[in-house]
Amino acid sequence: MAEVLVLAEHTGGGEVKKVTAELLTAARRLGSPSVVWTGPGAEAAAGRLAEFGAGRVYVADSADFGDYPVAPAAELLARLVAAKSPAAVLIAGTTEGKEIAGRLAVKTSSGVLTDAINITAGAGGAPAAEQPNFGGAITVHSRVTKGTPIIAVRPNAVSAEPAPGAAQLVPVEFAASAAAKAAKVTERAVADKGTRPDLTEAQIVVSGGRGTGSADGFKIIEELADSLGAAVGASRAVTDAGWYPHAFQVGQTGKTVSPQLYVAIGISGAIQHRAGMQTSKTIIAINKDPEAPIFEIADLGIVGDLFTVLPQLLDEVGARKG
Amino acid sequence: MVNIAVCVKQVPDTAVERTLKPGAGTLDRETPDGLINELDEYAIEEGLKIAEAHGGEVTIVSMGPGKAAESIRKALSMGADKAVHVCDEALAGSDALVTSLVLAAALEQAGFDLVILGSESTDARTGVLAAMLAERLGVPQLTLAAKVDISGSEVTVRRVTDDGYQVVTGTLPAVVSVVEKINEPRYPSFKGIMAAKKKPVQVLTLADLGVDAGAAGLAGSWTAVSDFAARPPRAAGTVVKDEGDGGSTVAAFLAERKFI
Repeated sequence: MAEVLVLAEHTGGGEVKKVTAELLTAARRLGSPSVVWTGPGAEAAAGRLAEFGAGRVYVADSADFGDYPVAPAAELLARLVAAKSPAAVLIAGTTEGKEIAGRLAVKTSSGVLTDAINITAGAGGAPAAEQPNFGGAITVHSRVTKGTPIIAVRPNAVSAEPAPGAAQLVPVEFAASAAAKAAKVTERAVADKGTRPDLTEAQIVVSGGRGTGSADGFKIIEELADSLGAAVGASRAVTDAGWYPHAFQVGQTGKTVSPQLYVAIGISGAIQHRAGMQTSKTIIAINKDPEAPIFEIADLGIVGDLFTVLPQLLDEVGARKG
Repeated sequence: MVNIAVCVKQVPDTAVERTLKPGAGTLDRETPDGLINELDEYAIEEGLKIAEAHGGEVTIVSMGPGKAAESIRKALSMGADKAVHVCDEALAGSDALVTSLVLAAALEQAGFDLVILGSESTDARTGVLAAMLAERLGVPQLTLAAKVDISGSEVTVRRVTDDGYQVVTGTLPAVVSVVEKINEPRYPSFKGIMAAKKKPVQVLTLADLGVDAGAAGLAGSWTAVSDFAARPPRAAGTVVKDEGDGGSTVAAFLAERKFI
């Protein structure tokens, strides 16, 4: 079976992000998956990669991937594409993952599909990607017609299923070229999400909007998120006002999420927000305005003041958890 | 002096329903009203601010049908100096890889110290174009910027990452993409609107750029749409007014669906 390359998303400390298991699951439908690992931590991660069917793990343990964004990873993948002639390359559809996919497409003269929510083997085994367009209003099936198919897959869209693999570590010599080192990282900071799950990987997302009224008012969103083990999201009104960091913005110009449960609180649900969340499996909305468009897509809507509904909800969730 | 090229895309208004054309599955660009892609307005603003601070010209570079002239004119009315409009029937249906090829050719012909664009478009939302342009042009990729600083030939951006931010530095010439936290785009003034009517817009075909028509459009694209369908509407849910039991109603729903 043809090899399928999967670029691992990981923390650097050997912790594999959930989306990597999802990519491996999708890759197994197209061929035999091999992981491409950038930077340190592969030994610690091998067990986890084996659980999801990784045959080989190409390990390029270079500091260049941390020091220079995007370009070195694209360069490594391009070399592996040339050497291994894979049936496809799967990359996490994060903002950085999509950029890597874009550069790789230029380097290898290959078609790239972004934001895939499902991948199947189409005609002749070639990958067919399902993509939601216009914020999920239209579902498109696309294919790559030239080169090696490169597909960026939206996190949390494909459900990860285990399958045994050898996860044989194969060291790859790599040092980024001067061209790939043209943009250098001089400082980095991670927004404090505490012990909460990643926004794009969370099973439950609790999002707050303009209705929270202030940074102080937004704290009840965090409180509910913590009681449900959820990630916190925010509407653009909230991040524009500076009540919550931009890294947590859900919508057209922010993150796209697809959790099992999305709780929209004090969010009117303008089309630009819905574009980032309407493929969520279940949606609950709490809003004062009965005309708020969010209610059109909610499985359960409560028309009421969030500052009276949420305290009661928090009490009941606490009581049910015992 | 920093000569700036801002890439601008005309997109359908996100506030109205958008569709794909039957057959090839390309975007219906005629039916809905066209607007400047929102993030590109931030790119124009940033370009204008940099030119005001450091000197230099702002050139709008856009690829699109004849109708895109409206968006180009608006960009000029915001204060850009001139524009290049790549307009060719053979471009219809181009995917991101083709778009980057054509824009890179137009940028190389126009000349630039700094290319600025929005980090994604509201229609295709691929988020790949800036990275592709940096790769094609062989210049530093300084993308997803919430802040841009230029000092001599050095450009430093605050890059919004999936979990926080990075400070990334490179030297001119470079490609920068921006997020909407970077600035507040100006509205065109009456004076700006009048002045824009006299600003030069160079209309170029693929032949003018030395790009083979067969390498563009649907035929030249590296990807294809097999089929598409409107997503089935979500089944209508239950909307209830809080009568003092709203929180309990949500809790019961969560318990029933095993979320708690």
